[in-house]
Amino acid sequence: MSRKVTLEINGERYEREVEERLLLSDFIRHEAGLTGTHVGCEHGVCGACTVQLDGEPVRSCLLLAVQAEGHQLRTVEDLNAGMGEELHPLQQAFHESHGLQCGFCTPGFLMSIEPMLNTAADLDEGEIRAAISGNLCRCTGYQNIVSAIQLAATRMQDGS
Amino acid sequence: MKPAPFEYRDPRTVDEVIDVLAEHGEDSKILAGGQSLVPLLNFRLAQPAMLVDINRVEELSFLRCSAGVLTIGATCRQATLEQSIFAQARWPLLGEAVDLVAHSQIRNRGTVGGSAAHADPAAELPVALSCLDARFNIRSASGTRTVGADEFFSTHLTTVIEPDELLVSIEVDPPPAGAGYAFCEYSRRHGDFALGGAAVQLADGEVRIALLGASDTPLRATEAEQALAGQQIDAETAAEAGELAVREVEPTGDIHGSGEYRRRLTATMVKRALLLAADRDGREAA
Repeated sequence: MSRKVTLEINGERYEREVEERLLLSDFIRHEAGLTGTHVGCEHGVCGACTVQLDGEPVRSCLLLAVQAEGHQLRTVEDLNAGMGEELHPLQQAFHESHGLQCGFCTPGFLMSIEPMLNTAADLDEGEIRAAISGNLCRCTGYQNIVSAIQLAATRMQDGS
Repeated sequence: MKPAPFEYRDPRTVDEVIDVLAEHGEDSKILAGGQSLVPLLNFRLAQPAMLVDINRVEELSFLRCSAGVLTIGATCRQATLEQSIFAQARWPLLGEAVDLVAHSQIRNRGTVGGSAAHADPAAELPVALSCLDARFNIRSASGTRTVGADEFFSTHLTTVIEPDELLVSIEVDPPPAGAGYAFCEYSRRHGDFALGGAAVQLADGEVRIALLGASDTPLRATEAEQALAGQQIDAETAAEAGELAVREVEPTGDIHGSGEYRRRLTATMVKRALLLAADRDGREAA
């Protein structure tokens, strides 16, 4: 009921002996120690555990760790990789726009939005709201999250 | 909120899957995209002894159009269908339906075949496939059989797929050129399960109407289809067809809406879908 897996997360390889029923979200947090990925509902509704699998946002609570072998995973820890203390432009925009309060949902939002940032400047508010509909936030009322995405997208487009 | 222990197999070919199912079919569940099954595992509402993961079966992940027919491999992701330019252009009803499935993170992983095999009557893809008279290719050790959408869905969360069988692909014939189409549904929040909905296709006087969440399976409103065949579709005839479509149905009520509310809603969705489809009828897809 267990097997050896090697998962690649943020370019690092993690070789572990795990039970096959172990959820990817639990591998990321408890085996790899990457606690930036948060676990909310554990049935695919809240979006807090969203990570990128081969560049695409997915729910890590709806995947088994063994299924991720051979794929490239990316978590929130990688967003500002190589930037030192500096934040990723999206994180910076969330910070400036007050796009978070308690911050529990934030990693999921960031990992959902980041792949579409390059084209987000062309999206209207309705389209942005549709794009984040798979992530729940109980603090902000979403208004400042939408503002943060617009700010980050504009900055990315301007190249500043 | 963690799955109960299970034995896990991840075969690489359809033949290997069939071999595993021949031996363990009764105690196993097939894992495709997992966007419905894994929540059930996490809640322990499903506790199969074995999970047969078909995500590493490369021969099942295709989406292709050959001789005009769209063939969707069992593990073709919903996002693949959504982003397919040829599928969107030639099968716009499927495109409109898949856009309404949950959220992008779910569609990146969820499969068309998995949604069909899960057979939730409130899911969009089974309703669209029913409206399009899709065919389901099912394989077991004793060979392949093909089942039409009218037979495929048996009841709530149940299809005709036997424990030793695997849904390998879904085929959809091309709609007549310029056919009118519409998928309309109402949900409280974007991406939530809809409380009611309808898929419509209009072509050459033929009317097809499939209802979402009105019964234990996707339901073709045959009486309304026949009454409207060859008729001019306007606000009045569309409203009548909506009434006819829900005359015999009794949707189940729950905390999100009573059965009667859902019935009224379904009639309205039929009317809206008919009018939208009529408006699009005869126009080439963009």
